[in-house]
Amino acid sequence: MSPLLSLAITATLVLYAVAMGIGLLRVMRGPSAQDRVLAVDFLYVVGMLAMLVLAIRYDSEMYFEGALLMVLFGFVGSVALAKFLLRGEVIE
Amino acid sequence: MTAVPLAEIVVALLLLASGGVVLLAALGLLRLPDFFLRMHAPALASTLAAWIVTLASIVHFSSRGGGLALHTWLIIIVLSITAPVTTIVLARAALFRRRQAGDDLPPPLGSGPPQA
Repeated sequence: MSPLLSLAITATLVLYAVAMGIGLLRVMRGPSAQDRVLAVDFLYVVGMLAMLVLAIRYDSEMYFEGALLMVLFGFVGSVALAKFLLRGEVIE
Repeated sequence: MTAVPLAEIVVALLLLASGGVVLLAALGLLRLPDFFLRMHAPALASTLAAWIVTLASIVHFSSRGGGLALHTWLIIIVLSITAPVTTIVLARAALFRRRQAGDDLPPPLGSGPPQA
């Protein structure tokens, strides 16, 4: 791996970390519950993207399974939380 | 100075672009004033940034030899199915909660252009 790509990967991960910090700020600040759910969903997506970048960094295809699982669990979690906000129960 | 392979330059540029897009989405999430406006920002991360990273990973794993590596495409397919569902369910929940709380709602569709 060339220094260029390695540097670009580091910079990208730093940008992702800053974005996740901002998302975390939104999770803590609120102001309403749906804002927090939206921000957690955003955090899931950014974490999944970081997983794909790590797959390139370590030249390993094992990270794809992790990324795929993060997409699916993020979806299930966000829908369950939204359902909870809608009715106060997840499974009726 | 050693020659950098073209594929690595492409991958590096794509990754940097995705970082910028994700940061833009996070800033939108932070700065936009209303929940229904804020809902637009994360879509940038789950569509454009995810597409760019997928392209980068396809270029990278295809450039190692051993043929085209298209399995990252699966993530894009799953994401483009799940992201709209999440958005719609969350928007419905937010509308319901606002209506319950008696706050002002965005105007219904088809009632003319929004006022500024």
